[in-house]
Amino acid sequence: MATTEQVMKPATDGLASIPALLQRNAKQFGSKAAYREKEYGIWQTWSWAMVEKEIEALALGFINLGVNEGDFIAVIGRNRPYLYWSIVAAQSVGAVPVPMYADASAEEMAHVLEHSGARFIIAEDQEQVDKVIEVQESLHQFEHMIYLDPRGMRKYDHHQLHEFSHVQNQGRAAYDEFITDLQERRAKLNYDSTCVMLYTSGTTGKPKGVVLSNRNIIESSKNSSEFDHLRAGDEILAYLPMAWVGDFIFSIGQSYWTGFCVNCPESADTMMTDLREIGPTYYFAPPRVFETQLTTVMIRMEDASPFKKKLFDYFMAHAKKVGPDILDGKPVGMMDRFKYFLGDLAIYGPLKNTLGFSRIRVGYTAGEAIGPEIFEFYRSLGINLKQLYGQTESSVFITVQPDGEVRADTVGVPAPDVELRIEENGEIFYRGPGTFVEYYKNAKSTADTKDALGWVATGDAGFIEESSGHLRIIDRAKDVGQMASGALFAPKFVENKLKFFPNILEAVVFGNGRETCTAFINIDLTAVGNWAERNNIAYASYQELAGHPQVLETVRAHVEDVNKSVAQDAMLSGCQIHRFLILHKELDADDGEMTRTRKVRRGIVEEKFSDLLVGLYDGSKTVSTVTEVTYEDGRKGSISATLTMVDAAVVPVTAHKVAAE
Amino acid sequence: MSDNSQDISQGGYTTVDGRKIGGVMMEMKNITLRFGGVVAISDISFNIHEGEIRAIIGPNGAGKSSMLNVISGFYNPQEGEVWFHGAKRPNMRPYQVAEQGIARTFQNIALFEGMSVLDNVMTGRLTKMKSGMFAQALWKGKAEQEEFENREVVEKIIDFLEIQAIRKTPVARLPYGLKKRVELARALAAEPKLLLLDEPMAGMNVEEKEDMSRFILDVNDEFGTTIALIEHDMGVVMDLSDRVVVMDYGRKIGDGTPAEVLANQDVIDAYLGVSHD
Repeated sequence: MATTEQVMKPATDGLASIPALLQRNAKQFGSKAAYREKEYGIWQTWSWAMVEKEIEALALGFINLGVNEGDFIAVIGRNRPYLYWSIVAAQSVGAVPVPMYADASAEEMAHVLEHSGARFIIAEDQEQVDKVIEVQESLHQFEHMIYLDPRGMRKYDHHQLHEFSHVQNQGRAAYDEFITDLQERRAKLNYDSTCVMLYTSGTTGKPKGVVLSNRNIIESSKNSSEFDHLRAGDEILAYLPMAWVGDFIFSIGQSYWTGFCVNCPESADTMMTDLREIGPTYYFAPPRVFETQLTTVMIRMEDASPFKKKLFDYFMAHAKKVGPDILDGKPVGMMDRFKYFLGDLAIYGPLKNTLGFSRIRVGYTAGEAIGPEIFEFYRSLGINLKQLYGQTESSVFITVQPDGEVRADTVGVPAPDVELRIEENGEIFYRGPGTFVEYYKNAKSTADTKDALGWVATGDAGFIEESSGHLRIIDRAKDVGQMASGALFAPKFVENKLKFFPNILEAVVFGNGRETCTAFINIDLTAVGNWAERNNIAYASYQELAGHPQVLETVRAHVEDVNKSVAQDAMLSGCQIHRFLILHKELDADDGEMTRTRKVRRGIVEEKFSDLLVGLYDGSKTVSTVTEVTYEDGRKGSISATLTMVDAAVVPVTAHKVAAE
Repeated sequence: MSDNSQDISQGGYTTVDGRKIGGVMMEMKNITLRFGGVVAISDISFNIHEGEIRAIIGPNGAGKSSMLNVISGFYNPQEGEVWFHGAKRPNMRPYQVAEQGIARTFQNIALFEGMSVLDNVMTGRLTKMKSGMFAQALWKGKAEQEEFENREVVEKIIDFLEIQAIRKTPVARLPYGLKKRVELARALAAEPKLLLLDEPMAGMNVEEKEDMSRFILDVNDEFGTTIALIEHDMGVVMDLSDRVVVMDYGRKIGDGTPAEVLANQDVIDAYLGVSHD
């Protein structure tokens, strides 16, 4: 029966839970920094020994409040040490932590809170507390809420509300009473107990609660830490949403496994400054962050003096030539090495320092495809940026790129202990130690996704490259379709090519079952706005800039470039874009057009802007439309606009058709 | 005249939303202020209670800013008395008033444009610094310790007003809405008992106004600071303030809770104009 179940390994060194790892760290790395947070302009530090005490006090406070084993505790807020402690304290008392997106609207929160049946909620501040209060009528199991920042909370009814520090103080006061209970609960945790429940971002339909066990998290963290030689002396900056599985693995799993320090920024706006001050050695960012940083650098170089600009261009050209090879340890001539050394003194070093990347040993990007130019830019500077492929259901790691085998167009080889299989239709399946336990209260979805042998369907289509053994992703399997002519339709392939232009922030390509492809485009307000400023083009809003004839012209040039590139691909040459429009608003998670992790919800966009899509296909020159928008505080409004439909030249592909006949 | 709030003229009272307001903190008695032949303020009396948010409203040129300047000691009225904490206040220089615990912001932003936000807010601590110029220049002994303490207070205010990201940015590079917030930070740095805000929301968009309103309420709630503000946006005034003084052509034409003032015929006439036939 070796095939029926994945091999159930016993817990590594008897460390079967995050609280157990915490106790080990407190002993082994007692005085070493575990968490830092910038507050009042100064980095405050907590050692592992201090963290153990803080978490213990909170856990005792939880017992004091009546938390039972198996209860769900929702945690809502931005990355703060106290909230990470809440997660581990919840685990310590046998409860299940449920981290949630801080920018979720009240209704989105209501779904997760109701579905998980959270009895306790830990909220960062008044804003989050208000959202919960707004929907608490519909939450049947909700009992107590704990808030971190007391500001503005004085006048609230405190029957169900508790201040974080008070809960800890009560826990400390009740030490003698509850410590035995806490120790017993902690001792009961094993490799199969639930470590965390994370909700998927929900590209289609409602978010699902993914249950991950201690085995999933600890094995994945151990394997990946060893794969990249992570160590206790590493530093990371925790700035990605706590509800996202990546942050859970990096800031909790790997941090507790290796003992490295998690640094929390002062506020969302100070992230770049904090990044520079900390200088992380291990860093993760979605492609969008790297794109934005590169755009900022390029815009600022436009304003630099001609001499500096020349120097920058000269050395960047050199870095592009030899930088990646030097990084991969491939042979490079003495003269080129010397020139690269000079470039490092003059340009690369200072630039990396400004970006906060001076100390990075390992950097990852994932979630979306990254533009080859962007990827090469960072690698040519000597930053070891790699790609990985994963999802919530796999505790992140499915494939990773090993050092020295890094490319922009693949996502690497299977992670340690992970097996990979490609179905006939191209869909990728995997199984490994990180494979999730189940979708909470959703046996049907669990069975649809994971079979009896533990193989999980990713929903992505891809293939393994013969020459290198690396996985290449084509698209979401269900988004891949056929055009009316029978040609393959893979929207992501075209969208990514479009998004690699700095002027284009987002693109949605349509064409499944149709004669031709069309696209909705969002421009990048920073890049295009800068261009407008340079060319003395006045604009008052995104909408106005998006409709400017010169902007349409620029984007048309980009689309035509993409068409030329798409035409090169024998399989996908039918996906060239015949007509497009620039949307009058940015796609936004508040309007449901994107997930909180900023992935486009294709179906919703198609439905919401159906009138525009009709316009693209019926040959209209312009289409007038009214769109409902939701503001950050939940109020609704509407914007009306008249959009121009633009025709783009396509490259004829008759040659392939002949071959196919 | 309007139904002056006689019942609450001396003792404390409870607001509509249940906040406890203390006794009278400042009392203006029959103030008259003239600039040559122009009468800016004519025989106005009103008081400010401890812990309340008191608004002064009125059409342009009604004398609101002059009134604030009288309170802050910038103008000394020709007639009338200013009582503060139960004692008659002699004519004072503005810095003496500041030392009494009264801080203000300005209608036209008055920050040091070339200095960073942090340095600007630090100037708000000037009245609290005891060490001499030379000690501070050499940064020795008490001066060093003092700077640590003052910086801590300032950092807490920066955190409170959520301007951490612009801490080191020169003020000249900031947009208008943020400059207004920095001004508020500087005023708060003096840890005032009475905070005077001269049109804190002028020229702001709806979102900035909402932010600023939230900060004003939080300041009042968190630090217990008494606030007197001048504002044109009636919506904001009605939402924020506990009691309102209405001025027109240097005279007081109304005084009371927002609801009372809104129902006052003189006030309606002053704002909407009145036909003279």
